[in-house]
Amino acid sequence: MAVLTEEQSMLRDAAKSWVQEKSPVTAFRKMRDSGAELGYDAAAWNEMAEMGWAGVIIPEEYGGSNFGYLSLGLILEELGRTLTASPLLASGLAAASALILGGTDAQKSEWLPKIAEGTVIGALAIDEGAHHAPDRIATTFKDGKITGKKTFVLEGMAAGIIIVGGVGPDGAGLYLVRGDDKGVKRTRLSLADSRGAANIEFNGAAAEPLSGGAALIEKVLDRARAGVAAEMLGSALQAFETTLDYLKVRVQFGQVIGSFQALQHRAAKMFTDLELSRSAVEAALAAIDADSPDTPELVSLAKAKMGDTFHLVSNEMVQMHGGIGMTDAHDAGFYLKRARAAEAAFGNQAFHRDRYARIQGY
Amino acid sequence: MADFGGTDLEAFRTEAREWIAANFPASLKGKPNPMAVEERMKPDADQEAWRKAMGAKGWGTPTWPKQYGGGGLEPAQARIVQSEINRAGAYNPIGGMGVMMFGPTLLEYGTEAQKQEHIPPIVKGELQWCQGFSEPGAGSDLASLSTKAVDKGDHFEIDGSKIWTSGAQWADWCFCLVRTDTSKKHEGISFVLFTMRQPGVEVRPIPLIAGSSPFCETFFTSARAEKKDLVGPLNGGWTIAKRLLQHERSGLTGAGGGLGGGGKPLEQLAKDYVGVDEQGRIADSDLRTRLVTNAINWRAFQQTAMRAMMESKGNSGPSSATSIMKNAGTQLIQERQEMTLEIMGHQGLGWEGEDFTADELGAVRGWLFGKAFTIFGGSQEVQSNIVSKRILGLPDLTQNH
Ligand SMILES: Cc1cc2nc3c(=O)[nH]c(=O)nc-3n(C[C@H](O)[C@H](O)[C@H](O)COP(=O)(O)OP(=O)(O)OC[C@H]3O[C@@H](n4cnc5c(N)ncnc54)[C@H](O)[C@@H]3O)c2cc1C
Repeated sequence: MAVLTEEQSMLRDAAKSWVQEKSPVTAFRKMRDSGAELGYDAAAWNEMAEMGWAGVIIPEEYGGSNFGYLSLGLILEELGRTLTASPLLASGLAAASALILGGTDAQKSEWLPKIAEGTVIGALAIDEGAHHAPDRIATTFKDGKITGKKTFVLEGMAAGIIIVGGVGPDGAGLYLVRGDDKGVKRTRLSLADSRGAANIEFNGAAAEPLSGGAALIEKVLDRARAGVAAEMLGSALQAFETTLDYLKVRVQFGQVIGSFQALQHRAAKMFTDLELSRSAVEAALAAIDADSPDTPELVSLAKAKMGDTFHLVSNEMVQMHGGIGMTDAHDAGFYLKRARAAEAAFGNQAFHRDRYARIQGY
Repeated sequence: MADFGGTDLEAFRTEAREWIAANFPASLKGKPNPMAVEERMKPDADQEAWRKAMGAKGWGTPTWPKQYGGGGLEPAQARIVQSEINRAGAYNPIGGMGVMMFGPTLLEYGTEAQKQEHIPPIVKGELQWCQGFSEPGAGSDLASLSTKAVDKGDHFEIDGSKIWTSGAQWADWCFCLVRTDTSKKHEGISFVLFTMRQPGVEVRPIPLIAGSSPFCETFFTSARAEKKDLVGPLNGGWTIAKRLLQHERSGLTGAGGGLGGGGKPLEQLAKDYVGVDEQGRIADSDLRTRLVTNAINWRAFQQTAMRAMMESKGNSGPSSATSIMKNAGTQLIQERQEMTLEIMGHQGLGWEGEDFTADELGAVRGWLFGKAFTIFGGSQEVQSNIVSKRILGLPDLTQNH
């Protein structure tokens, strides 16, 4: 665990107790069973926003607390533990980052306070096909209008503003589009992890450029990637702990199954991988806070390592639970489904290994 | 029986081809096998006709003895029947647990009367069987089962519950392990058969992570098994159960075809979704390496299945090699399922709806269900323990239980 400031410790403790009390996995299950259109529980989101979580990275002048990415990561980690579905990542992290880094004063004044309050949801729309490919954007921006198709936009249904990757006269960049624009057409996706996402078509929707070009896209994506990794860390930790608890109580052959070394060593391996993953995730978030030049490689390192770890732990969770792990009534399936969706979000392990190799000149 | 050299086999192939052409309804060509669909639907007239034709011919269970309605064919002929079925775009309509594991076991351990009664309806696809082995407290440690059967003179009275009973909601009969002696563990288990269509049997489906509900909790309250339906000696069920599990495992290796793995070749799927580089190679080199590793292992696995088959010629039934085959095969299939999802990317995360193709949605459900392959039929860990103990001669820490 990183050395936390007093503020960060308080934030983490608050998140921990809220999540345990108000948002256990049963809350996620209820949300899924209700078929919630948005893919999250709006009342729970209001509570999160009231606690100031949507404004953790937003400067104080725009209604946030400016605590930084490591702080936001602590909250995402706690939310990840119980698979709490919320627009915090898409809005309070990704869209907020785009505005903070590339918005004009007017854009910031208009949108950041609302994002910090949680009254407007922001979303980031980059991918256009089945895979994350931010360097192959076909969406075009011309004469103040944006046209193209975006896939798998997290919280795309809820979004009041959408930060869209497009190619304009000066190259690739990000553009701000209002959700209520007539040129925006959304289709809700029903995903295995039951989270909110949409495919969105932009047909000449009014768009305002953010400044920063292609470099801004990568900067914003790196922040989103580190945020997903923080959430994945929490989910993987909980999946591991739930499994570890089971190894200590399930009896077969007259002994707890955790007494079998075949399982003990795999538990020890998962624990090791989780420790390595935590270091990688915290280093990436700290690099973002420090605006360090090695942020891209540290983020790819974290997303790749965390992805492998969550992949492993989610599979082991099912396997080590045996038959019960295959039932919908057990939580294991939720972690498994969430793992694959989070792995794919903003680049899977293969994508980030390749990116790391390129940055390092392999 | 004739010496099946090449010419005889070719003659047999012609015979099989002609028979299938004459009996397989054209309307079913290329359609899925209703046996393989999770949510059973009432078969239509053509499906029924095909089942009856295959049942009467005995070719659904091609190597089973003729006197019980089986095909009475040599393994080489049985393979020809299967290949001709595939060639015609047909399917084998005779299946389920009766065919895969119970029938072969009964043929080995049943009395003449039991075989006469229970084998023909399996051969004809008239009755479906379910496997009442696992209990909440007895999974990997199956022999700790506690569902009890009490001798009531002309029948046994059965009380207790089973869990994860696949297909119990559709099954007509159950082959079941029951405790008939509480003073011993393995030697207190008996193997009994009874109809599921009786008041003392209650079935509750359990939804699976893949969304469907192919297995159940099964409760017995003074359920009845006739004395004539005790297979093997009283308290002698464990030996029979172990044999049955060998059949189950050999059917689950993928070599036996039980787990599928069909569809478009993965490398083609990868090219379609991920694209190719200027030399026509899969654009994602990381994925490409993992795909080829899996493909090489898959080929070696098939070569091993073939070798095991050649080596066991003359022996009946599966050998101890099935223990390595189940783990090797299921792990390779799970890897392929994981890579299928990875290849499909965002499209490989759908649950339902028109934004995903049927193949994409099927890949997700298949991937989820596939997690069971290393759990049922003896988990991956239990298989490894068997290999360590029985093949490698290493000590067994659980032997006292
Ligand atoms: C889809 C599905 C269908 C099924 N269908 C049927 C059916 O039709 N009929 C039926 O009777 N059963 C059926 N089963 C049950 C299946 O056989 C059991 O789930 C299996 O035997 C494992 O038992 P368990 O679930 O109690 O897990 P447990 O035995 O509790 O095992 C939990 C974990 O501990 C591990 N473990 C246990 N012992 C050891 C050891 N000594 N060393 C190392 N690791 C160990 C296991 O491998 C597993 O990873 C089905 C299961 C599934 C998932």
